[in-house]
Amino acid sequence: MDSGARGSTRDLRTLVARMRQIVGDGWVYTDAHELRTYESDGLLQYHAVPAAAVLPGSAQETAAVVRACAEAGVPWVARGAGSGLSGGALPVPDGVLIVMSRMKRILDVDLENQRVCVEPGVTNASVSAAVAPGFFYPPDPSSQIVCSIGGNVAENSGGAHCFKYGFTTNYVTGLELVLPDGELVQIGGKALDPPGYDLLGAFVGSEGTLGVATKVWLRIVPSPETVRTLVAFFDSTRDAGQAVSEIVQAGIVPGAIEMMDQLAIEAAEPMARAGFPVGRRAALLVELDGAARECETRFEEVTAICARCGSDDVRVARDSAERDRFWKARKAAFPAMGRISPNYFVQDGVIPRTKLPEVLARIEQLAGEYGLIVANVFHAGDGNLHPLVCFDSMIDGQAQAAEELSGKILEACLAVGGSITGEHGVGVDKKKHMPKMFSEPDLDCFQRLRCAFDPQGLANPTKVMPTPRLCGEVPGPYRQHPLEAAGLAERF
Amino acid sequence: MRPGSIEEASVAMRELGAAGRAMRVRGGGTKRGWTSVACEVELETSGLAEIVEHNEGDFTAVVQAGVRLAAAQAQFARAGQMLALDPPLSGDGGEPAATIGGVVATADSGPLRHRYGGVRDLVLGVTVVLSDGTVAKAGGRVIKNVAGYDLGKLFAGSHGTLGLIASVSLRLHPLPATHATVQAQGDDAAALAGAAARLAALPLEADCLDLSWAGGTGSLLMRYSGPTAAARAGETTVFLGELGLADADVTEDDDALWATQRAAQRRDDGGVVVKVSAPPSQTGAVLAAVEALGGQVVSRPALGLAWVSLAPDDDLGERVERLRAALAGAALTVQDGAAHVAARWPAPAPAALQVMQRIKARFDPARICAPGTFVGGS
Repeated sequence: MDSGARGSTRDLRTLVARMRQIVGDGWVYTDAHELRTYESDGLLQYHAVPAAAVLPGSAQETAAVVRACAEAGVPWVARGAGSGLSGGALPVPDGVLIVMSRMKRILDVDLENQRVCVEPGVTNASVSAAVAPGFFYPPDPSSQIVCSIGGNVAENSGGAHCFKYGFTTNYVTGLELVLPDGELVQIGGKALDPPGYDLLGAFVGSEGTLGVATKVWLRIVPSPETVRTLVAFFDSTRDAGQAVSEIVQAGIVPGAIEMMDQLAIEAAEPMARAGFPVGRRAALLVELDGAARECETRFEEVTAICARCGSDDVRVARDSAERDRFWKARKAAFPAMGRISPNYFVQDGVIPRTKLPEVLARIEQLAGEYGLIVANVFHAGDGNLHPLVCFDSMIDGQAQAAEELSGKILEACLAVGGSITGEHGVGVDKKKHMPKMFSEPDLDCFQRLRCAFDPQGLANPTKVMPTPRLCGEVPGPYRQHPLEAAGLAERF
Repeated sequence: MRPGSIEEASVAMRELGAAGRAMRVRGGGTKRGWTSVACEVELETSGLAEIVEHNEGDFTAVVQAGVRLAAAQAQFARAGQMLALDPPLSGDGGEPAATIGGVVATADSGPLRHRYGGVRDLVLGVTVVLSDGTVAKAGGRVIKNVAGYDLGKLFAGSHGTLGLIASVSLRLHPLPATHATVQAQGDDAAALAGAAARLAALPLEADCLDLSWAGGTGSLLMRYSGPTAAARAGETTVFLGELGLADADVTEDDDALWATQRAAQRRDDGGVVVKVSAPPSQTGAVLAAVEALGGQVVSRPALGLAWVSLAPDDDLGERVERLRAALAGAALTVQDGAAHVAARWPAPAPAALQVMQRIKARFDPARICAPGTFVGGS
C-alpha cells in the first residue's frame, strides 16, 4: 500500500527490483508470510512488517542496498540476530529491513595481536570459541549463544562480567561501516587510537542510527588462570548490598557480582535445581577470576566479608559443575518468570550502587501500589537492575499498569542519579523516557551527531530520539577562516 | 578570557562564535608545544576548578575541566581511590599542572592504561559548551549506561576542536596499597619485545607493562599491585629467566621507576615526541626503527602504543618522515615539538576524514574552535 510521505508503492517496487539485482532474487523477501519472521526482535510487544527484507551477502552488497535506499529516500533498519530487548531492530512499516545474518564469517584470528576480525552476523559466543583456550572475548550478554556481534556493536552490549571487563565499546578496535549514504568506510583496525575523532566510540552503541557495520575488529584477552565462584544467602537485600560495597571498597574487582531477590530465587530454583534455599531474601553470586595466587587470597576475603555482612550460608562451588548450577539459577530467573506469571516486562535501569537499598524499597512500594509482583535480579557491581514486572495480559488493564509501573521504576532510578538503560538500549521501548534523562539541548546535541552521519534521516529513523527531528542544513557555505587563508591551518 | 562558571563559559562561547573569533581552550598549559597554530583567543579553564561530586561509595566523581589532575588524585586518594589515568602532568618535569580537561581533550595516557584502559574507557559522561553557547551533557554518572550517544568518547581526544569540555564524570578505582615492579635489562631489542609479547599473552593482570629503549640498550618493566604483588613479581622474574632475561629483579618501592617512564613521553628542549599507534606485534619494529634513527622510546607493548623522542636537530621534520616511512601502517602523531614538523597528524582514510569534517561542521558551525589544530592536514 502507498506509504504516504516516504515514497510511493511504485518507488518501492523499483527499489525492490534494484535490490534483487544487487543480492539475487532469493535474498529479497516481500511476501507478507515470509516477512512475519522479522516483525519483532526480542521485545515481542512491538511488531511491524517492513516493505521488504533483504539479506546481503557481502559488504559491497550491503553498501549497494543502503545506497539504493538512500537514492529512493526509503528508510531502513539493520537487524542482527533479532535478540535485542529494546525494539532496536523493529522494522519501519514502509521501509527496508537489512538482515545481516548471512555475513557470519570469522575473517581473521590474530592471537599475536590479540585481535579477531569478524563479519557482523557472527555470534558473540563463537568469538570466544574461536580463540579458546588461551584467550576469550569478555562481553557476554545472556543471549550470547545467538546474539550477533553486529547487534552487540549497535547496542554496546554488556553482560554479567562487564563490571570487571567493560562493554563492547571497550573491545572494538576497528569497524568497516556502510554509512547511510551507501559509502563504505573503514575506521580503526588492529591498532588503538586511530587518528582523528573517536568515530568508533561514537558508533558503538548508536543503535543502528549511524550506519551498519560490515566488519568488526575485536580485542580479545588472555583467559584467566583461575575462576572461583560462591553464592551467599542473606536475610535482606540490604545486607547483600552491604557485602557488595565492602567487596568493592576492599579493592577487589570480581569478574561478576549478581544478586537475586526472594521472588527471583523462588522462581528460578524449581527450574535450575541449584539447591538455593527458597525463602531467603537475597542471593549474592560472586565470581573472582584472574591470576591464581591473587584470586585465592581475594576469595578468602570475599568469603569473610559475606559472613561479616550477615550471611550464614556461603557456598563455594567445588567444581565447574557446581559453578554451572549456580549460574544456571541466576540465568533461569528470566525464563522462570514465565512459570509464575503469564507475562512480564524486563527493565534495565541503572543506579549508583550505594542507592540500592533505597531503590529496592521504592520498587517494593510501587509494586504494592500497583498490586503487581516485581522480582529483581541485577548486576550488583555496576548497579544495573533488571526488575521483572509480572502481569497477565488477559486481565483488563494489567498490561498497561505494568507498563506504567515500569516507567515509575525508571523514574526512581533517575531520581538517584541513574540511567534508563544499562545494556538493553533505548530503541523504541524507552525513547519516551529520554526527556526525563536528557534536556532539550542534550537531545539537540545528539541530533547533531546523527545528522553528521545521516542527514536524510533514513537509518533506523524511529528509534532512540523521543520525537522525530529533521536535520537542518549546515549553516552557510564553508567560510575559510583567516588562519586557513593565510595557509597556516587546515580545515579543522 | 577566564569564565568562572559553565554559564559564563556559555556566554563567552556564544559571543566568540557570533564574532567568528578563533579560540583555543587552555588548561594547565602543559601541552602548548603540541600545536604551532596561533589562535586569537585563549579560553582558560582555571575558573572551572570544582570537584563537583566525589561519590566514594560508588567510585565515581564529577570534575570540572580546570581541576588539576594531581589535585583530584589527592582528593580521591584520601578515600583510598584513584582515577586510573597517569599521563605525564607537565611538559618540563616541573609543576604538575595538567588539568582533567586537558588530559581528556588530548586523550593523553600513561602506564596504567595497560590495565585500566584510556581516557575513553574511564569517562562516563561529559558536559560540553559549543560555539553557539549550547550547554549539553551526554552519558551519565553511573558506571554502566547506554542511553543516548556516547559524546564523551567523541570529545575525548578531540583537542578542543568540537567545543569546550566543561566537566566530566569519571569512573574511579581502588588505589592499591602495595606495588612491586619487575625490571629486566637487555641489549637485544627483539628479545625484549618478544618477552613483553609473551607476558602480554598471559593472564597476569599486571597494572603496567612498559619497555624503554635508547642507545642500544633497554629495559622491560612490569608492575603488579595488591596483596600478592611481590610474590607475583617474583614469579615473573623466573619466567623472564626462562626467556633468557637473566638479571630481572623486583623493586617494591617503585614509584620513581614509573615516573621516569611517564617523563620520557615528553620533552621541552626543542626536540620532538611522536606517538606511535600500531598493532602490538609491531613493537619490535618500533624499537628497531628508533635504534636506526638514534632516538629513544617508551613503549606499551600490549597496547601497541609508543612515544618516540628525538633530540633537537636541524632535520627533525625529515627524521619524523623517515620514522613514518619505516613504520608504514602505523599512525604517527607529533606531540611535543609540533612546530618543527610540517605534518603533525597522520592522514586518516579520506572517507573517514569526510565524516569527521561533517561532525566538525555540525558541532562547531562557527568554526572557531581551535581551527587548524587537528587531523586533516597533509
